[in-house]
Amino acid sequence: MRDKLNRLFAPLLLPALSVFTAMVLGGVLIALAGGNPLEAYAGMLEGAFGSPRAVSETLVWATPYILAGLSVSLAFRGGLFNIGAEGQLAFGALSAAWAGHWLPRLVGGGLPAALHVPLTLLLGALAGGLWAAVPGWIKARAGGHEVISTIMLNYVALNVVSFLLNGPMKDPTAANVLSRTPLIDESARVPALVDGFRLHWGFPLALLAAALVGWVLQRTAFGFEIRTAGQSPDAARYAGVRVGRTVIVTMALSGGLAGVAGAIEVSALHHRHELGFSQGYGFDAIAIALLGKAHPGGTVLAALLFSAMRSGATRMQYLTQVPIDVISVIQALILLFVAADTLVRRIYRVRARGERLVLTRGWGG
Amino acid sequence: MVYRRYAFIAVVVSVLVLVVVLVGASQVPPLTIVASMAATTLAVATPLTLGALSGVFCERSGVVNLGIEGMMLAAAFSGWFGSIYASAVLGIPPLPSLLLGVVIAVATGALLGLLLAALAVTYSVDQILAGTVINLLAVGLTGFFNRQLFFGPASAFGGQVPHAPGVLPRLHVPLLADLPVVGPVFEQQPIAVAAVVLVGLTHLVLFRTRWGLRARAVGEHPRAAATVGIDVVRVRYVNVVIGGAIAGLGGAYFTLESVPSFEPMMTNGRGFISLAAMIFGDWTPFGSWAAALVFGAAQAFQINLQLFRDQIPPSWSFLQQSSVVGLVPYLLTLLILTGVIGKTTPPAADGQPYEPEGRR
Amino acid sequence: MKAVLEARGITKRFSGVLANDRVDLDLGEGEIHALLGENGAGKSTLMNILYGLVRPDEGELRRSGRPVSLRSPSDAIALGIGMVHQHFMLIPVFTVAENIVLGAEPVRRGLLDRGSASAEVRGLSARYGLDVDPDARVEDLPVGVQQRVEILKALYRKAEILILDEPTAVLTPQEVDELFRVLRGLTSRGVSVLFITHKLREVLAVADRVTVMRAGKVVGAAIPAETDERGLAAMMVGREVVLQVSKAPARPKAVVLEVERLGVAGRRGSGGDAVRDVSFSVRAGEILGIAGVQGNGQTELVEAVTGLSPARDGRVLLRGRDVTGALPRALIERGVSHVPEDRQRHGLVLSYSVADNLVLCTYHRAPFAVRGVLRDDAREENARRLIKAYDIRAPGPGTPVSALSGGNQQKVILAREMSRPVELLVASQPTRGVDVGSIEHIHREIVAARDAGAAVLLVSAELDEILALSDRIAVMYRGGLVAMRDAGAVSRTELGMLMAGVLPGEAAPAPGAGEEAAPASAAGGAEA
Repeated sequence: MRDKLNRLFAPLLLPALSVFTAMVLGGVLIALAGGNPLEAYAGMLEGAFGSPRAVSETLVWATPYILAGLSVSLAFRGGLFNIGAEGQLAFGALSAAWAGHWLPRLVGGGLPAALHVPLTLLLGALAGGLWAAVPGWIKARAGGHEVISTIMLNYVALNVVSFLLNGPMKDPTAANVLSRTPLIDESARVPALVDGFRLHWGFPLALLAAALVGWVLQRTAFGFEIRTAGQSPDAARYAGVRVGRTVIVTMALSGGLAGVAGAIEVSALHHRHELGFSQGYGFDAIAIALLGKAHPGGTVLAALLFSAMRSGATRMQYLTQVPIDVISVIQALILLFVAADTLVRRIYRVRARGERLVLTRGWGG
Repeated sequence: MVYRRYAFIAVVVSVLVLVVVLVGASQVPPLTIVASMAATTLAVATPLTLGALSGVFCERSGVVNLGIEGMMLAAAFSGWFGSIYASAVLGIPPLPSLLLGVVIAVATGALLGLLLAALAVTYSVDQILAGTVINLLAVGLTGFFNRQLFFGPASAFGGQVPHAPGVLPRLHVPLLADLPVVGPVFEQQPIAVAAVVLVGLTHLVLFRTRWGLRARAVGEHPRAAATVGIDVVRVRYVNVVIGGAIAGLGGAYFTLESVPSFEPMMTNGRGFISLAAMIFGDWTPFGSWAAALVFGAAQAFQINLQLFRDQIPPSWSFLQQSSVVGLVPYLLTLLILTGVIGKTTPPAADGQPYEPEGRR
Repeated sequence: MKAVLEARGITKRFSGVLANDRVDLDLGEGEIHALLGENGAGKSTLMNILYGLVRPDEGELRRSGRPVSLRSPSDAIALGIGMVHQHFMLIPVFTVAENIVLGAEPVRRGLLDRGSASAEVRGLSARYGLDVDPDARVEDLPVGVQQRVEILKALYRKAEILILDEPTAVLTPQEVDELFRVLRGLTSRGVSVLFITHKLREVLAVADRVTVMRAGKVVGAAIPAETDERGLAAMMVGREVVLQVSKAPARPKAVVLEVERLGVAGRRGSGGDAVRDVSFSVRAGEILGIAGVQGNGQTELVEAVTGLSPARDGRVLLRGRDVTGALPRALIERGVSHVPEDRQRHGLVLSYSVADNLVLCTYHRAPFAVRGVLRDDAREENARRLIKAYDIRAPGPGTPVSALSGGNQQKVILAREMSRPVELLVASQPTRGVDVGSIEHIHREIVAARDAGAAVLLVSAELDEILALSDRIAVMYRGGLVAMRDAGAVSRTELGMLMAGVLPGEAAPAPGAGEEAAPASAAGGAEA
């Protein structure tokens, strides 16, 4: 029994210590800025969980975090560093906005919600997946490193989205001056989970996605291929895995998850694509995936932590005048300590256990 | 292979120049346009050149520097803040304030270089991850301090944002800058000039000095270097800190030479593009510079086209949209990564943590 | 005899494991002293301690009687100690001169003085009769010459003591003789040589004295003239060793593998082809051994046959079917088993468990997966069975394979590759870096595969291994197959000559033989 508990909680020790250390340093920063760290954190906690509405908002934040975090985690398991979740998410959102508004007009007539909602999300996944398959292809073909190509595609996506939202896809309503699409049809909207709250069915869907990713990675032959290609491409090739194809498919699946994240934001929350709706989900997702050790369960936990911080931050700022930006610093520090686990081990004198997960392998691929 | 890459660079640059010349020909003599393109290209390529040199320094010694973007951003902010503080609060005249800003920016870059070295060399953190940490840290910290120092309750200026001391003045290269037509090419600001000088200097250091030979040995085969008594850890630390300092200088370009203001995330991917330039330039200073000039030319294209916006036929007017022309550097980077224009080889030990003998 | 270097009571632990246990050693002036022991006996650790790369936990080092402490290779260099590592410590993209002067470079006016570096190297190589071109790039040189560069590197630093770690592993028998001649020349000039090896023959051939290590301890010392191979082997392994593999005569049946005029492109930038115009066939029930010095195209040949890299021209036939360019998966399905040369890179996923590694090639098939879903119980059961059958020393199926010794890792690969029906077994350097016990085991398994009717293609740089196992022997030199002999009809010496590119009827390697000549003589060009 004790052994079992140990096995269950031991992997949480280092991440927890990393978060703790980052919060302490964040507290120092808050104090330097003239705030009271304890009050600030109390405010954050209240903002995140202090009322049913607060909890609902935290989970609303958690939805894209979980999905984008899974996107990055899945890629990590395949030996790929997907920094492009932000761009894939934007394309997923764009595609959902199109499916929600233009698709019914294209086919001439309304669609039933039972068809329209899944279609909207699916097209979002498809757009994100195709967008992510490009760096996968570049890597498989020429070994061009996915880190640079996904970053470049983020900027391309940003420009393309901005072009479309200011041009062909701009809400044509005369009063509209913003870069945004028209509202999507009612039939394309993911419904709320509880009446009167913003929490929507996207959240359970994200949890389901986490379970699915875990199952595929750990329990299927295809997941075995992804992991093998990730841990040792040479051994994978020897074992008969078509590594290039696996890389492309892994990137596509990873992008698909980010695409769904974007599609759900449009379909369940904003009901349109508005420039800048993503508050850096795709970048926070990197820290989330790493904090979760690229494990689906860990990713969900890390996403909940991050969303609590984000959603509690507004309340914190309101109560203590500590600016929201401190959250970004704390999250970057969390990433720092998760990455430099030897440093954390040294601080707290925790001994190393087991093998390290190989995440990336320099330019060589 | 080398030939193919330089031919590509020449073709892209020529095409970009040619389009601007064709558009503006009815207004301005072609040679003047070419000179203007060249001058802008040199200027806007500055952060890319410096970023690529930063990468060359680090990676030749075997440390991948993915944090150039963050180093530039942090340096851009700290240099800017330093110069404003010096001029507005300490009352120092503009030029010394700006120079002080440059020094602060370089120091910031070096400091982040030290962080990268500590993570990558001492703690054997995955180097790509270490760079990502620096990037996110820079975004977070600059965002926080930008608000805090200028607008927050603890503002250094009591809530009143003071005027920046302007930008660094142009240097007048004697003789060359007095030439007719092409003169403007040689009237550049100091960081742009420093970037070109640093290209030559980096080449000299890496390929003609004892330090350079040892640094390259460390980047190719650290264990072999260690067996002849070279201190691998020290070499990597020094090179990465120098690389950080150069990236810091690149950051100073944004707020002290280009525009007198700071915006969150204003480096806009230049750090990453400079890595692509470094890769395309085969990890050599001159190759990287040539590649940086391609990206510079793409940006100069956009800027120079603005001058002739009325001459652009309506069917081509989309060229004016920043979201369309702005794509060019990113698409170029992607094209280079596909390997269509030839592949280059990184130093053999690039990105690999060095573990001394006796550890398994 | 005066001792120039002494080790007294050296002890070193790596995460709890005793690598050196109170080791004593002394090297006399002007002698060639062999340090003999099998893989993992602690020789490398001792040597790294003597060169300042590793610091001992206990014990003392003395240089000419004076106690010294070595904190880094620089200290060792300063004391006149030089080392030639088994894996050369050369930077491939640097020139010979750059490699030699690295760390002690001549400088003029703040810049590297390349002219004087070249000149010094030229002088040095003339003085010691070690011929090299100082301006050649190291990666373009044959290994024998690279080794010369390593020795020059030590001499440039005025080494009076030269430590060589397994220096003969990559050399032809003739190059080995040449090396021994060079070493004797050095000792006649007062240089003392410490020579680390696991090859008995070499100890007897060159050493003045020998110290034997086993399991981290010094277990004995001897004068080679007063002992023989059997005696040394017993001391090294701690028991009587069967030096011969017992096998019945081969009974070859139908042709399984046919390779027709195969050509494989070389590494980028290396120019030339790695494999050119190679043809041979292997029958069921026989072992074809491919001998040759490492780097003569064997790796590329194996990769092309097993689908890991594409052939540039020619064909590969399996049971008469063209499988040129087939992917590894297709070949696995057709009964090709492959024990790869680099087991940690290709053969295993080091972070995976023994059980996962045992199904690395069959995870997608029943019983290990049903309709794409993995079956843990089948995998576990398979692992338990194979661990037992192949005597894999592992705590359990869940142990990460990285925690196993080299010999046990190799047994995991062998178990996996033999546990499915085998038509063709391709075994490349199957016993490299493996202890004697495991070598015997692996050799028995390879012969068993042959006797069970598999065709076996054995590639090895160890001439002893080739001679012990093969029914027929082919020799590769510079990408070509230069000879094919029946195992009973060829001598060690003849094979050695062939491996160096010396063909029957030729007195010496003929430089610049025509490229257009027949395959047998296409291997012209002297090994420098």
